[in-house]
Amino acid sequence: MTQTQQPATPQRAPEGLIRIEKVWKKFGGQHVLKGVHLHVCRGETLVIIGESGCGKSVLLKHIIGLLRPDRGKVVFDHIEISSTDELDLATVRRRFGMVFQLSALFDSMTVRENVAFGLHRHANYGEDRVSQIVSEKLRLVGMAGAEDKMPAELSGGMKKRVGIARAIALDPEVVLYDEPTTGLDPIMADVINELIIRVQKSQNTTSVVVTHDMKSAYKIGTRIAMLHKGKIVQVGTPEEIQNTDNPVVAQFIRGEARERIEESLA
Amino acid sequence: MVGAAGRFTIFTGQTFSGVTTEPPQARVIVPLMTEIGLRSVGVVLATGAFVGMVLAVQIYNQLHKMGAEASAGPIINLSIVAELGPVLAAIILAGRVGGAMAAELGTMKVTEQIDALRTLGADPVVYLVTPRFIACFLLVPILTLYSDAIGVLGGYVMSVKFYGISDHFYWEQTRQFLEMWDVFVGIAKSFFFGGAIGLICCYKGFQAEQGAEGVGRATTNAFVAAFITILVGNFFMSLFFNTLYNVIYA
Repeated sequence: MTQTQQPATPQRAPEGLIRIEKVWKKFGGQHVLKGVHLHVCRGETLVIIGESGCGKSVLLKHIIGLLRPDRGKVVFDHIEISSTDELDLATVRRRFGMVFQLSALFDSMTVRENVAFGLHRHANYGEDRVSQIVSEKLRLVGMAGAEDKMPAELSGGMKKRVGIARAIALDPEVVLYDEPTTGLDPIMADVINELIIRVQKSQNTTSVVVTHDMKSAYKIGTRIAMLHKGKIVQVGTPEEIQNTDNPVVAQFIRGEARERIEESLA
Repeated sequence: MVGAAGRFTIFTGQTFSGVTTEPPQARVIVPLMTEIGLRSVGVVLATGAFVGMVLAVQIYNQLHKMGAEASAGPIINLSIVAELGPVLAAIILAGRVGGAMAAELGTMKVTEQIDALRTLGADPVVYLVTPRFIACFLLVPILTLYSDAIGVLGGYVMSVKFYGISDHFYWEQTRQFLEMWDVFVGIAKSFFFGGAIGLICCYKGFQAEQGAEGVGRATTNAFVAAFITILVGNFFMSLFFNTLYNVIYA
């Protein structure tokens, strides 16, 4: 974990493994997504950035079918997620792993039971094989030996790492990360960044990461997409985003308040 | 209102389907049964005993004025077995167990654990609600029997040992007026109460809004909804069973 790793480049750029097409979503009277259009290529790490509350997590949950769009569609490898019923989605979700913002570990279960949960549901492995996979995944995230701990005994960073181990237990094709570095100290945040890159390279996964941590976005992202007021305003490589001439993107990546201070205090 | 009724109906259907499609494993349901059943015995016994005793105090004093205290036995025992035993046991469990279930599931909802279950291929209703529903459905009647037994004992101790009603008349009168039908009605009601507590409290937990306030509100709503359902359900079931009795034994 000490040596900085670089994210892998996409293997097949033009064809989107995940296609988000003109997705609209509103909660109550508020439109959160207003025709979002975005493709995720196989093997890449796409980072979605944007202000807090702009709908990044909502967008991520559409990809795995936890939310359904009011209009538009989400397609994963020719399967239309947005119109697939819940029963069939369970099979499709076998190909996904998701790391939640607050880790979402099952607090009545041990670390071992958390990581093994998906294996018991989806894979017909014996207990020995399950234990072997759990140990292997925990070792990959630097949590070897924590099998019998309860989530309440873990720090925030440790919970994130167990959350990652749980998400990759079934060797998914796609891993979704919701704010993976939020609430962590800078060193632990970097550990998580390294881990995301390590997982992507070792498992050859496609990753979609939602964050507003620009240091993390530059480090792990193959491409970065900015969500603003319900729409994607720019997609590009980290270099393109850093050199953007879009004023909204420029303001966000530089963390400048400008007129927003008046808006937020009004 | 119509939307909420529709959502609750679908939720109930999903819970029932889980009973047949994915019956809960022993390692899931045994701890729930311990929590719902075993750990509720003490509070159910304490409540049942005092309800039986206070009923005896009130009924004896009223009947004593009319010189009919020997009739205390059937009145006390019928009240306990057909009405108070099942209703009070259910209300206690709605507060103790139902509130805890709503809070637990509400917390799982707001910390995204329910979403995590879905991403890992589990149906949260089947995985979380079906075992709780089964545990409540099976254990509330058993706890009601405990409540009935201790209530009858409490009423007996006060009536016979404290107020000095004849032991023989007390049981003889009870035997004449209390039928197995009344015991059956009490137990039948308690199955309904158990199922209602499980379904309503889990549903309210699943509906929890964000944050600690949302979980707190869900917990309160769960108890209030279960409490009202128990009282209203008891009224209509009493009417129904009385009508049924008249039809059968007419």
